[in-house]
Amino acid sequence: MIYKLSDNIISSLGFTTAANYKAVLEGKSGIAPGKDAAGNPIAISRIEPEIVEESFRNTFKTKEKYTIPEQAMLLSAHIAMKEAGIQAGSERTCFVLSSTKGNIHLLGLPTHGFGQDRVHLWHTAGLLAGFFGNPNTPFTVSNACISGACAQIAAIQLLEQGRYDHVVVTGMDLAPDFIVSGFQSFKSLDEERCRPFDARRKGLNLGEAAATIVYGKEKKKGISLIRGSIRNDANHISGPSRTGEGLYRALQTAMDGIPAHDIAFISAHGTATPYNDQMEAIAFSRAGLQSSPVFSLKALFGHTLGAAGILESIIAVKALEQGLVLPSTGYEEPGIEGDITISTALSKTDKRYCLKTLSGFGGCNAVLLFENTL
Amino acid sequence: MKKITAYCRITDRQVILNGKEPDIAFSGEPGSSRLTEIYRYLDAGYPKFHKMDNLSKAGFLASEMVLRALDYDRETPDGSTSVVFANKSASLDDDKRFQATINPDNYYPSPSVFVYTLPNIVTGEVAIRNKIHGETSFFILEDFDAEKMHTFIEWAFSSPGINRVLCGWTEYLDNHCDVLVMMVEKESPKGMDYNILNINQLYLN
Repeated sequence: MIYKLSDNIISSLGFTTAANYKAVLEGKSGIAPGKDAAGNPIAISRIEPEIVEESFRNTFKTKEKYTIPEQAMLLSAHIAMKEAGIQAGSERTCFVLSSTKGNIHLLGLPTHGFGQDRVHLWHTAGLLAGFFGNPNTPFTVSNACISGACAQIAAIQLLEQGRYDHVVVTGMDLAPDFIVSGFQSFKSLDEERCRPFDARRKGLNLGEAAATIVYGKEKKKGISLIRGSIRNDANHISGPSRTGEGLYRALQTAMDGIPAHDIAFISAHGTATPYNDQMEAIAFSRAGLQSSPVFSLKALFGHTLGAAGILESIIAVKALEQGLVLPSTGYEEPGIEGDITISTALSKTDKRYCLKTLSGFGGCNAVLLFENTL
Repeated sequence: MKKITAYCRITDRQVILNGKEPDIAFSGEPGSSRLTEIYRYLDAGYPKFHKMDNLSKAGFLASEMVLRALDYDRETPDGSTSVVFANKSASLDDDKRFQATINPDNYYPSPSVFVYTLPNIVTGEVAIRNKIHGETSFFILEDFDAEKMHTFIEWAFSSPGINRVLCGWTEYLDNHCDVLVMMVEKESPKGMDYNILNINQLYLN
């Protein structure tokens, strides 16, 4: 078990966790109409690059050049570490990066001038640790859409090994043409704001974000990450299992010993693609979670890929701390086979545990179990 | 005691399975055609192979050889095995191919190229082929690092019910292949001692 010291979210809804959480409570969505590079309409949650650059300049006053994804990542880590009051440069601090595509936009800019290593994720992670003067080789997880959960599971391992006192887990993914056109080719984007778990859901929205959680091993009140589990569907590389096999197995392992009626809510993956949401419902139902309220944050932030597991964990545990269950924005009409409870309005809870689930290409699924200690 | 019970190394120079070179007649230059030659040698009868990108093909072939050498039962769903791979270049080999197809005239390229722009797809391919329901994870490192690989294997073993970890370094970029896949088993009477030194030795071979 590890303990959350601080966090940060950088998204279209704000550059602090407080701003993002406030927007969530007010039901504000960062998803806005946009266009893809071919001029077709899309709905997407974009971070304004100019605001990132301005914020970065004002915060760091460096002459070095950094890409926008790097700037967002560094800002997020900086804000979270400052709040935690930890020593970033200490050998007892370790960094974990979660990203699916990092600086991939550089592939489309042959004359970017950043050097050929810059597109590599190991370089991005090295830059994250190096920027803050940290001497340890950082860890990099790239496990599709579940990366943010995998990075937090890595943090449990790193802290329990005893070699580190603090682990900084940062997730980052933007939505360059590379990613937008890929999801377009899959026909998995909704032109309008997405509707997770709704009968009319027809696809996802992409979102841009960087998000950070600083974990420590010193016991403290507040949010702790008890354990996590990763399991595979062994079914299809780009389609979820019809039986929810991998997610069901991950739920079983993560919940071990915690009865379903003690779970305040499930912050689901809920991408709003027809198959994903149905698969999740089957897995939740199989795991005995029929009565646990389920919500998705994708209609507020979009799918933020490698940042999603961290961003959505932060929002979920904020709600848990305040004894709140968030509504699943975009859901109106039941459209899922299976017995689950979608959260339709903000409500109160006095339960201590919550689950964060994620599923991704490659058939991978991850579940995190959080506790709020009073 | 944990043991390394089988391993396979695929490089531009050679293929090694448990210390021996299988008798594969290579006709061409290193690269994707060699991977096809290994596939033919294995006579795997798995047409999905031809849809894979080079990274997945390379990881798949090495895994296939390791699991065959162990008489692995691929028909029974297996919740006790995990697949943990790592590499340097993630899916950059396929990323470049995908990037080359994005242009204003053809903005929506093939989804079958896009899906391989994630490095962990190879772990999914191996899981599907062998009905493996344990963990699948993918890590990125600047270079092969036996100590880090050992760390990843230990993490995978710490999850309840996991008795075997199929672990590997699966690097493929611009026709260069650098793959080591090994099986580490929790309780095995035979096999090589599982330690950082031996993992490094297998890679250097």
